[in-house]
Amino acid sequence: MLLSEVSSSPALFHLIPWIVFFPVIGLTLNIIFNGRLSEKVVGTIASTASGLSFVIAVLMAWGLAQNHGEPVVVPFLEWIHIGTLQLDWAFQVDTLSVVMMLVVSGVGTLIHIYAIGYMHEDVQHQGNPRMYPRFFVFFNLFIAMMMILVTGASYTMLFVGWEGVGLCSYLLIGFWFDKGEDGIGNALAGKKAFIVNRIGDFGFLVAMFLTFWAFGSLNFVDVFAKAPEVAEAMPGVVVAITLFMLLGVTGKSAQLPLFVWLPDAMAGPTPVSALIHAATMVTAGVYLVARSAPIFVHVPTGQNAVAWVGGLTALFSATIAVGQYDIKKVLAYSTVSQLGFMVAAVGMGAFVAGMFHLITHAFFKALLFLSAGSVIQGMERGEHHIAHHAHDDLHAGKKKRKKKEEHAFDPQDMRNMGGLRHQMPVTFWVYLTGAVALAGVPPLAGFFSKDEILLEASHLNTPVYILLVLAAILTAFYMGRQIFMVFYGEPRTAPAEHAEESPPVMTIPLMILAFLAFFGGLLNFPGIQTLEHWLEHTFAFFEVELESLPFSPAVATLSTILALASITAAWFLYGREPLKKGEPDPLRRILGPVFTGMESKWWVDEVYWFLIVDRYVDLAWFLADYVDWRFWHDWFHEKVILAGYNAFTRILSVRVDLGGIDRIANGLAEGTQALAARMRRLQTGYVRNYALSVFLGVVVIIGYLMFR
Amino acid sequence: MLPITYYVGLSAVLFIMGALGVLIRRNLIVIFMSVELMLNAANLAFVAFARYYQTMSGQVFVFFVMAVAAAEVAVGLSLIVAIYRARRTVNVDDLSEMKG
Repeated sequence: MLLSEVSSSPALFHLIPWIVFFPVIGLTLNIIFNGRLSEKVVGTIASTASGLSFVIAVLMAWGLAQNHGEPVVVPFLEWIHIGTLQLDWAFQVDTLSVVMMLVVSGVGTLIHIYAIGYMHEDVQHQGNPRMYPRFFVFFNLFIAMMMILVTGASYTMLFVGWEGVGLCSYLLIGFWFDKGEDGIGNALAGKKAFIVNRIGDFGFLVAMFLTFWAFGSLNFVDVFAKAPEVAEAMPGVVVAITLFMLLGVTGKSAQLPLFVWLPDAMAGPTPVSALIHAATMVTAGVYLVARSAPIFVHVPTGQNAVAWVGGLTALFSATIAVGQYDIKKVLAYSTVSQLGFMVAAVGMGAFVAGMFHLITHAFFKALLFLSAGSVIQGMERGEHHIAHHAHDDLHAGKKKRKKKEEHAFDPQDMRNMGGLRHQMPVTFWVYLTGAVALAGVPPLAGFFSKDEILLEASHLNTPVYILLVLAAILTAFYMGRQIFMVFYGEPRTAPAEHAEESPPVMTIPLMILAFLAFFGGLLNFPGIQTLEHWLEHTFAFFEVELESLPFSPAVATLSTILALASITAAWFLYGREPLKKGEPDPLRRILGPVFTGMESKWWVDEVYWFLIVDRYVDLAWFLADYVDWRFWHDWFHEKVILAGYNAFTRILSVRVDLGGIDRIANGLAEGTQALAARMRRLQTGYVRNYALSVFLGVVVIIGYLMFR
Repeated sequence: MLPITYYVGLSAVLFIMGALGVLIRRNLIVIFMSVELMLNAANLAFVAFARYYQTMSGQVFVFFVMAVAAAEVAVGLSLIVAIYRARRTVNVDDLSEMKG
């Protein structure tokens, strides 16, 4: 039934492979002409490639609208056919995947454009301009991989993209691999992200194996068509599938307990944090659950687990975000928290609310990260300005000392900032838009999406609702704290005083994103529900019922009041009396040891280090020292094999060779010698002796002849 | 006519004398002559039996033996002369280089 629908798909949908191949062409060009093109051309090629992907995504959306939102599967390549296992590269074009395509390529293109300006300064700052094209090669590769992920028509292709974006994430976190703490900090962060993601990927792989075992296929259409009967026939297996999938989600979407890699991933350049670690890649887990909705709706156990993981993550990481000083770390923990909102939503079955928050979050979190990047570079410019003046004014000895101080200066530390709204007005306004949108103040995008999640949660799962409301309060608080610490008050350091605004190539994408963050809520405005009707086509096709809850003024008013109240609280603490230089955080006075916990990220890394990494290292030492070295090398190799071989050869050489063969040969020779020594006495040399023996011989012969 | 036993007995006596001469004497010339004596003892036995059995073959053998003996004398005497020239002696006990 499905194949006939596929064959009737309009020719327009056959353009879909280009959504992957435009970025591939872009990165190929940048690889071929590496180092021979100017920075502007390199950035333009990459941005155009990403932009063309966006065009394709728009065409797909338009085509689907013409097609009444009917899902379309576009076969592309045969990949692996073994028995009943049929793995093809086919493209799933439906309203859900198109939404992801639009977000990834749209936000991705804006970030590409921003990165033209950002990376221009970053490569100068890091002192390695030759890395510039490489960045855009990785960026385009990421877009291609993300497109494979969201357009794949089977879990296999989704997994190919899933691993591909993981690779790009690793490459880009460690982009300045020789920088960071001790010169390996960034490389370690990349390694951590990669390894933690492996744990999640293991879960996803097991889920895939179980799916193939239970459903006999990995194609979405086949699996989802069978979901009701399989869920009835073997409920345990389906629960296991959803739980292993959840493990994959916790890895990729940075949920408890595997979220630890995402804050460290901020070691990458800021556009990377915006694109990969806020807007797109980390939402892949949310997309996976939404995509697998036809399976999840049959297993409440799995759904509950997902919802609880999401809710706990949302609150837990929000508490950490409150205690951070690094401008990007605050946003990183905020991202983990917001991903918790999305995961909780899709876990509760509020798939539209989750996807809605995914979209608006992509807008405002990309905006916040990019603005943070702008702030950081503004600080670096200020620092450079001071260093330049120092060069003019001071003599050589002092200049050297100045340079040393520069190294200690952290342009990402919010305690070094303050009052930046005067130096960087555009960045301030867009940052403020993003922060307010994230805090959930109406009428900005974050309010509508977060409110929808809270509304669904209030109906579906009260404990998770409470967790999410608490997280929402903290969200508004830490964003208020950040705004007041960064942009208000007086500059706390000289670089902050001399910070400079970013160039238009960076601020224009920021303004576009700010516009989207402001009006993104219209996508699914209560009562109109455009996004819900759009996504309904896909969910209805796979027989997932979406229950649409009416807008609840009570929930909305409560969350608005709480958001405003906590922003006010943040103002009382950080805005009314701005932080002075060297002053401790006012929260520390109020919360005491609790704040220390927040500041130290609740020692999760330390606990993991103690429980897992140290134990792992111990195990590795045990294996290396005892098993490999002492048992295997010292005992087995040296004692058993080497000594055994020696003993065996000794037996062979001493007993067999010397004692046997040599003795026979030598004995023969000695015997012959001894015999000869006796026999030679017969040879007297006297003729008569010989003659006598001849006579005697003759006598004997004749005697014998006569008497025989 | 004398019975055959006498001839054979004389032949045996001659042969033993020759053999003892070979074994006991040290002078090469004497040994050589003793060998001739044994040959002639054999010849005597040959002709005695040829006569006794009235056949010619024994007498033919004697001629062969004489011919071989003549050749042997020629070779043997020249060897003895050569040995004497080289060693200034014909005593066989002095010619014991083949002692093992």
